[in-house]
Amino acid sequence: MLCIRLPARHMAAILAAFTLTTANCQPLRAADAPMVKIENFAFTPPVLTVKPGTTVTFRNDDDIPHLVVASDSSFRSKALDTGDTYEFTFTKAGDFAYFCGLHPHMQGKITVAP
Amino acid sequence: MTHHHDDENGHISRRHALECMIWAGTGVLWTISGGIPVSLNLLGAAQAAEAMATGFTFLQISDSHIGFDKAANPHAIDTLKEAMGKIQALPQKPAFMIHTGDITHLSKPAQFDNAAEIIGGAGFDVHYVPGEHDLIDDGNGKAYLDRYGKGTRGAGWYSFDQNGVHFVALVNVVNLKAGGLGNLGPEQLAWLADDLKAVSASTPIVVFAHIPLWAVYPEWGWGTDDAAQALGLLKRFGSVTVLNGHIHQIMQKVEGNVTFHTARSTAFPQPAPGTAASPGPMTVPAGQLRGLLGTSSVTVKQGGQDLAIIDSTLA
Repeated sequence: MLCIRLPARHMAAILAAFTLTTANCQPLRAADAPMVKIENFAFTPPVLTVKPGTTVTFRNDDDIPHLVVASDSSFRSKALDTGDTYEFTFTKAGDFAYFCGLHPHMQGKITVAP
Repeated sequence: MTHHHDDENGHISRRHALECMIWAGTGVLWTISGGIPVSLNLLGAAQAAEAMATGFTFLQISDSHIGFDKAANPHAIDTLKEAMGKIQALPQKPAFMIHTGDITHLSKPAQFDNAAEIIGGAGFDVHYVPGEHDLIDDGNGKAYLDRYGKGTRGAGWYSFDQNGVHFVALVNVVNLKAGGLGNLGPEQLAWLADDLKAVSASTPIVVFAHIPLWAVYPEWGWGTDDAAQALGLLKRFGSVTVLNGHIHQIMQKVEGNVTFHTARSTAFPQPAPGTAASPGPMTVPAGQLRGLLGTSSVTVKQGGQDLAIIDSTLA
């Protein structure tokens, strides 16, 4: 890994300068990267707060396919079978509500805040 | 859950008795007379046989989920074959079949092909409506419409007449809204209003769609947001039968002139409303699965408005 772990308070300042480098080594997608699990017909956690530029992984742990669709149509996964994942990088700040395109009573939200 | 009223004399009503019988898990035959359902079993075998002999029968199959291979049934393709085998062995051949959706699990070409081979192999005409699992190809439903969309409108809705019964096939699995349930949409409702214009009020109506057109359990998405508008258009008809799938278990309700009925899946059972953490596939002990899978046979008695439904398991 070329990435160097830095204290969070330094990351924001340095991140801009390292954009090209960090894009290659994906420091925000380590093992503890933000993840929304889909299980028992629910998004867990239902609300996830991340910083701009964060890639969020949605993973379907159900025996039934699900489909992640942004309420404002800004992102949409393919149908996710059991174990399938979908990744989306949230670049803009704001609240991004989403739901399951197959079971629309399933809803969640990604809050992107600096 | 359904709620039925017993008759004015305090006796258990026939429809209530019927519900109990269905919950006992047996095959049940029932009929609609002037919009009121009665059990042909309760009428006696001779009358039931007469109804069978003088009418025509069609068969409902649902939720075959070809491609499903998880613990709840690793061999969904085999249980569909078993179901079709039982249909082919029926003493009275159905006039045609309807499939109330979720033909496939993931809308993959091979899954559609396998389903078509098994279902089509029986030689019956089959009238399909899509389930949400049939529209998740990369073309957002193109795979389904390429196969089954000929002669249909919009996302695949249509109607046809058979032996004096008007059949309406509706699609309530597209353009689903965040937080919502099944959805028919204004375009389809406008088409329905127009379609029904030429149909006389005495004509028995059979409506079929994937997701129940009544609020079975909205907490699990088991209902259709704008079903009330469709049912409003059906109010003037004396006999309306609504056949759905999606929930992989038998449920029924009678509301005025409308009888609602959901069919079993041929692939896997789902839990009764609210009895599990989610509506996902229910894994049951080996030996119990086939008792929870099955098909429904519907008989229309000639010269009357009577429809009889028999639910049969694969056990």
